[in-house]
Amino acid sequence: MIMPDMDSLAHPQERRFNPYTENGGTILAIAGADFSVIAGDTRQSEGYSIQTRYAPKVFRLTDRAVLAVNGFAADGNMFVKKVKQRLEWYHHAHAKDMPLRAIARLIQTMLYARRFFPYYVYNILGGIEEDGTGAVYSFDPVGSYEREACRAAGAAQSLVQPFLDNQIYFKNQEAAQGTSHPSHLPLETVLSIVIDSFTSATERHIEVGDGLEIFIALSKGRTLQGMESIRGLQELTVTEDGERLFVMRRDLKKD
Amino acid sequence: MDHFPTNWGRPRNDAFDAYATYPIHQRPYNGPKDTFADGVQRTQQPIVTGTSVLAIKYKDGVMMAADNLASYGSLARFKDVQRLHQVGNYTVIGAGGDMSDFQYIQYILEELSIDEISAQDGHELGPIEIHEYMSQLMYARRSKMNPLWNSLLIGGFKDGKRFLSYVDLLGTTYSASTLATGYGAFIAQPLLRKAVEGREDVITEEEARKILEDSMRVLFYRDARSMNKFQIATISSAGVSISDSMQLETAWSFAENIRGYGAQTQ
Repeated sequence: MIMPDMDSLAHPQERRFNPYTENGGTILAIAGADFSVIAGDTRQSEGYSIQTRYAPKVFRLTDRAVLAVNGFAADGNMFVKKVKQRLEWYHHAHAKDMPLRAIARLIQTMLYARRFFPYYVYNILGGIEEDGTGAVYSFDPVGSYEREACRAAGAAQSLVQPFLDNQIYFKNQEAAQGTSHPSHLPLETVLSIVIDSFTSATERHIEVGDGLEIFIALSKGRTLQGMESIRGLQELTVTEDGERLFVMRRDLKKD
Repeated sequence: MDHFPTNWGRPRNDAFDAYATYPIHQRPYNGPKDTFADGVQRTQQPIVTGTSVLAIKYKDGVMMAADNLASYGSLARFKDVQRLHQVGNYTVIGAGGDMSDFQYIQYILEELSIDEISAQDGHELGPIEIHEYMSQLMYARRSKMNPLWNSLLIGGFKDGKRFLSYVDLLGTTYSASTLATGYGAFIAQPLLRKAVEGREDVITEEEARKILEDSMRVLFYRDARSMNKFQIATISSAGVSISDSMQLETAWSFAENIRGYGAQTQ
């Protein structure tokens, strides 16, 4: 329920039922050479009200694919439910998990199928490709998508994306003489960037906060390389091939 | 005579909603209209409305509260309406918003319960199933642009587990250890969070009852669409119990000391 402001009531208006609302929060994903990190805060809000401090926005789809949804929460939950259903059918038909790039195309068709009554949801898909590289796909609500190295979406996109452009793509940075910028960052650096992004977004955006959920997908054979004891880390699955999926939960400020 | 109650008792120029009667500030269009323009009427605004529902988790289960008023615009129309409703043996559903839509929901859930009992398959609907069912129903109706105009709290206790969750006319869902709908989300929710968050496994039934009564009192003082007569539902391992209607102790002696606005001359 949103409090009406007096301006909007000042003139009589034709009012129709509005089937959408905006539930705040922010999501973010970064791809490494052989890993992918997908994160989201856990606050769900409407207007100035916090509805709950824990409503997950990031979901495990397969052992190597994770989907983050942001926008209208009811549409988001329904969309994730339908994607999971399609992946289950695929598994029954083909006796294997759907590859990441195929999930990306599936999501595009599912979104575009609702072109004229869209799911009001921004999707970011992260995970490991068949060739073992870390990948991030980002979508708009009607299905336009591309593979990228990093993407932020949601309420604090305008705060986080420029930071990522600078820290991941090294935009507006000159490499030191005789050196060049790395094309992929190590996991430890990426995790620090993700955590810093969310603590900063929490400081400056009222719709971001409460909790942080970070999914980490590792390519086969790759280890955590000294990150095993990092606070809040929990292993979810290991595939037969040796791809591993972790989740890390942290607190964010609740004010 | 103007037969439309949302027009009653209002200043003449009420395109400006000076009294913030939201959500029922819209006036119906009484002029001539094309009979066949829209053959089907859909709920575009709630008519007979209930206000807040409150709910908290406590040591033994879940406790919910709602008053007995169903308003017709600003008119306190029906003063003995049950807004807490038992479904099956483990669940209570509390409703704010349009009361005729809520009665339809009760009817749907009754049908569902009969089907489930008839199956005699050893399965019983718990709060989780009822909440999932209601969220799918509410989302389906909003997607048809024909919503059931309610915010619902669903509380329950089954298999040793508490359950408390929300669903509204858009199909939005969430759960937390304290929930409040309508004006309660603005006025009571902060009080409930302060009293409950982090103490869900400590609060006794008596304390939970006091927390809810205190919040209902504040709502009665501040929410113009509320009433000083309400019910409390407890759902625990002992099952569901919805109390008889209760009155709250309120004090108004402070009112005569208020200065600065109103009718007094000094």
